[in-house]
Amino acid sequence: MADVLTLAWRQYRLERKLFWRNPSAAFFNFLLPLLFLAVFGAILHGKQHELNVIIPGIAGMAVMSTTFTALAYNMTFLREQGVLKRIRGTPMPAISYLLGIAFNAVTNAALQIAIITVAGRVFFGTGWPRDWAELAVFVAAGVICFAALGVAFSHAIPNFEATSAYVNAVFLPVILISGVFYDAAKAPGFIRGIAQALPLTHLINGLSGAMVKGTSIGTNISALGVIAVWAVLGTALAVRGFTWDQRRG
Amino acid sequence: MSECAIEVRGLRKAYGDFEAVRGIDFSVRRGEIFGLLGPNGAGKTTTVEILEGYRDRSAGEVSVLGYDPGQRQRALRARIGIVLQSTGLYRHIRVREALAHFASMYPRSRDVEEVISLVGLDGKADALVRTLSGGQMRRLDLALALIGDPELIFLDEPTTGFDPAARRTAWGTIGSLRRLGKTVLLTTHYLEEAQALADRVAIIKDGRIVVQGAPSELGASTGSSRYLVAYRNGGGELIEQETDDPTTLLHELTAAALARGERLEGLTVTRPTLEDVYLELTADRGAEEVTTRQESPDG
Repeated sequence: MADVLTLAWRQYRLERKLFWRNPSAAFFNFLLPLLFLAVFGAILHGKQHELNVIIPGIAGMAVMSTTFTALAYNMTFLREQGVLKRIRGTPMPAISYLLGIAFNAVTNAALQIAIITVAGRVFFGTGWPRDWAELAVFVAAGVICFAALGVAFSHAIPNFEATSAYVNAVFLPVILISGVFYDAAKAPGFIRGIAQALPLTHLINGLSGAMVKGTSIGTNISALGVIAVWAVLGTALAVRGFTWDQRRG
Repeated sequence: MSECAIEVRGLRKAYGDFEAVRGIDFSVRRGEIFGLLGPNGAGKTTTVEILEGYRDRSAGEVSVLGYDPGQRQRALRARIGIVLQSTGLYRHIRVREALAHFASMYPRSRDVEEVISLVGLDGKADALVRTLSGGQMRRLDLALALIGDPELIFLDEPTTGFDPAARRTAWGTIGSLRRLGKTVLLTTHYLEEAQALADRVAIIKDGRIVVQGAPSELGASTGSSRYLVAYRNGGGELIEQETDDPTTLLHELTAAALARGERLEGLTVTRPTLEDVYLELTADRGAEEVTTRQESPDG
């Protein structure tokens, strides 16, 4: 067991090192949400109500981009380039390898939330989160849910060239509908209906409760429930469709 | 310890209705380089991937270093090295980093610098993988397969796509594995490669082994292949005759020539080469089938 964790740790350290060497990964998974934060923060400067909507919105988007988007990309790349198959031929346990990759994504999510939280306090007048425990619970639930969905979604991507199109076809509509940039409660009814079914809407509600509104975990328990349902579905699909081999044909 | 590194008995593998491997038997002795030779789609890669633990078999018995590879035990994977036909790597990793990382996965590993030299990547140790040429990447594949100091190495078409010079260099490296006492299972569709490297060869076609033995003996071992006797007659004309019994033919020819007071200019007797055997065994059903089988996803 110690050996399994040591190898997972080594894999994690390698993933961290390589992450920063890959400019496009570093930009899309890391700098983009921070860029949005800076731009919207500047545009909405002085409008505290809007800022109070956009800060948890961008925090939710950051969780999704660092886990769902990053893992859908990475798992497709690793599968199609044959890296997974190569690893499968070594004595490295599968669980060590997958833990290393997953915790790389978790680290990015945690770093982003930390930066957004500090920026909210220092630049955007949202103050420190009202409920740290609630923030931790929702970030953890969001990370698990979107990481599972990202791995599950990678099974649907036929080849690496198609990854960008597939990922953005999901990511862009979801962040628009789920109220990253506006208060989802004020959207037209049919959009609200779709949004209510999506996990990101509920993650943003929970983050908003923890970071801005100070509503307790009890009031947002149904949001946590929806995220949990998506997490279970995502995990089942992630495990079921997993393949170490390239898709052929 | 068994003297065989690999033993295969009655191995079969079906994909749906298509049976890619149709009852294969062979064994690979320790310290030997064994070649699986055959055209594309013959079932070579399916066979090797079953031995490597990537695929389940439909029927038959398989033993690799005393293990059943279908059980996928870590202890077996620690003792084998695998060079797959096409595998990538992280694009932003350096050669030395990749080797050091893979070395940490094995219970006993070789020295990173030593392996870099062995495969001829000196000077590229600090290069990013994405900057390597195809041939250099293939050498890194071999280095990654050797880093855990395996007893048994699988090489699946290790020089496909190489130019002739790069192929010679790769053969030198693979030959050096023999001096390290390694056992090698090599698949190839290049005849010269099997001839240059393998102690023994099995020619595989349509999922069956059609003949196996040392490359130098294969020609003689197949009854259908004959000796070729060639000479120039008194008029300088080249005469070629095939025979199963060169002794009798030569006796008749030389006796007749002596009686006529002639010499048999340029007299040669050649045994069928491995190439002759290979072409005869693998091409008998016509080129059309071979062409369509190349579309098959499996090597």
